[in-house]
Amino acid sequence: MEHPPLIELAGVTKVYGSGAAEMRALGGIDLHIERGDFVAVMGPSGSGKSTCMNILGCLDTPSSGVYRFEGVDVGRLSRDQRALLRRHYLGFVFQGFNLLNRTSALENVELPLIYRGVPRSERRTTAFKALQAVGLESWAEHTPAELSGGQQQRVAIARAIVTEPALLLADEPTGNLDSARSREIMGLLQSFNRDLGITIVMVTHEEDMAAYAQRAVHFLDGMVEAVIDNGEAA
Amino acid sequence: MVWNTFILALREIRRNLMRSVLTILGIVIGVAAVIVMVTIGGGATVQVTEQIASLGSNLLMITPGQRVGMGQRSAAPAFDVADVEAMVREVGDIAVAAPSASSSITAVYGNANWTSRVTGVDNRFFDVGNWTIATGRRFTESELRAGKAVCVLGATVVKELFGTQDPVGGKVRLKKFSCQVQGVLKAKGQSTMGTDQDDVILMPLRTYQRRVAGNRDVALIQVSVRTDASTLQAEQAITRLLRKRRHLSSNEEDNFSVRDLKEIAQMLTGTTRVLTGLLGAVAAVSLLVGGIGIMNIMLVSVTERTREIGIRLAIGAREREVLMQFLVEAVVLSSLGGIIGIVLAIAGSFGIANLLEVPFVFNPTIVAIAFLFSAAVGILFGYFPARKAARLDPIEALRHE
Repeated sequence: MEHPPLIELAGVTKVYGSGAAEMRALGGIDLHIERGDFVAVMGPSGSGKSTCMNILGCLDTPSSGVYRFEGVDVGRLSRDQRALLRRHYLGFVFQGFNLLNRTSALENVELPLIYRGVPRSERRTTAFKALQAVGLESWAEHTPAELSGGQQQRVAIARAIVTEPALLLADEPTGNLDSARSREIMGLLQSFNRDLGITIVMVTHEEDMAAYAQRAVHFLDGMVEAVIDNGEAA
Repeated sequence: MVWNTFILALREIRRNLMRSVLTILGIVIGVAAVIVMVTIGGGATVQVTEQIASLGSNLLMITPGQRVGMGQRSAAPAFDVADVEAMVREVGDIAVAAPSASSSITAVYGNANWTSRVTGVDNRFFDVGNWTIATGRRFTESELRAGKAVCVLGATVVKELFGTQDPVGGKVRLKKFSCQVQGVLKAKGQSTMGTDQDDVILMPLRTYQRRVAGNRDVALIQVSVRTDASTLQAEQAITRLLRKRRHLSSNEEDNFSVRDLKEIAQMLTGTTRVLTGLLGAVAAVSLLVGGIGIMNIMLVSVTERTREIGIRLAIGAREREVLMQFLVEAVVLSSLGGIIGIVLAIAGSFGIANLLEVPFVFNPTIVAIAFLFSAAVGILFGYFPARKAARLDPIEALRHE
């Protein structure tokens, strides 16, 4: 048997609340994502794409259906086991950057390595290399408040890729940035996808940004409406 | 990981320096109060013990009558000198037995007058009470035998009557006769009960009996027991002898009392210890209040840092790691308060001990206990906020503004 796909969603639903207040965020999603893929998740707000991202990021579990990550049924894992899965296989980039305030860029990038138990000196060099990869090596000692939005997002990307995760989840990474900065960010994501082979799933509602991905999955009302192959994207 | 958590905690504390200082104030005050109370209390106990020792070791106080209530004694015939001589003769364990009798009197010198206590004694009184002569001399045998009008003054009386003048050779007027000063006692200071031991006028017992009291009574016999003998046995021998001499039948109770100074010392030390304990307990309450302060601030901190907790959880921190982070922060905070409190307390109790003229007795045990207690307060009151942080839902926490 071949390797199982990196991500396999089968009949995944997510229901919030109960009784009359029941809200069906996901109505049964089937999705396969292979290693090295770059997938854009699109759809209007309330279409379930954020819920789907939370499940993919092992921050939440499906109400029914199965989510397999490298063949492992995430729904059966405990809270701590999912934390360890995130620690070793996932990286996150958020719309709001979510860096630690009053903490230098380098220390922010070091954070995931601390939880991995990487020794201090190795941590420093690895984190610095990640900052170099996003072109911020001269800003290592600056705190987020001293950096522009684009720079902050690049620090966040460095933090996400410093562990060379199997999967990088980006939730509207360019949502707070102007178009020039957005293109820089997308360029970075694309290069990490291509050069390091990091699988990327990215939520966006901008067609331009989705064009950087190999595929675009369109959500509507908690269902996958369409999967569009970009072929060899720009 | 542990070291990192520690560094992280220190950084957090430094970030909110003002708030951290205010938070630990309760712990600082609590720890300082406990240590100061115990240190000063311990010093007072040492002082009591030392003063008892200065009265002379193995001392028995024999007084007529029995204590029947607070400050009341049953009426009973006094002793006389013959009782003392019989005691010395028949009880082998006695080293020295000193008879005395005293009353209040006003002494006049020039135009100064001072109300003090006049005590009729013989030279054995000096030995039993560990009194030394600062200037002049004790009484001579002939002065004692003839009951001459001579006296030895305590330091306070000298100060009040003579000021800086040398009193030896001077004549002090007591009642209707005047008395030549032969010597001055070396000052002893306050007694354990807070009375001034130097406020005394000593004169030969016979002089006192004839000229002041007008009787031949001995009101107090101080006995010092040989150091190699048992105080208890001496006490029993004296009791037997006195019962015989006072013709008490076996069904009658003693109409005199023999008290061991060590018992009094133990009683006083016990009282000081109880007081120290009570004050310590009050101080411990402020430690508790300090702990609640820490819990309060940690809860605020968890709310403020919800997003940070969300980031950490998303990155892969386990519950216990977030719990540890906040717990360590609380413990570092409270231990810091403990250390500051200890430093303040040592400085403070040193100052207070000097002020109250109590010896400064450093007690490492209580310092260690206070420190461990402050750390324990951190764990106890930091646990709830830390658990709250650890159990946050990462999705909710990341959405938190």
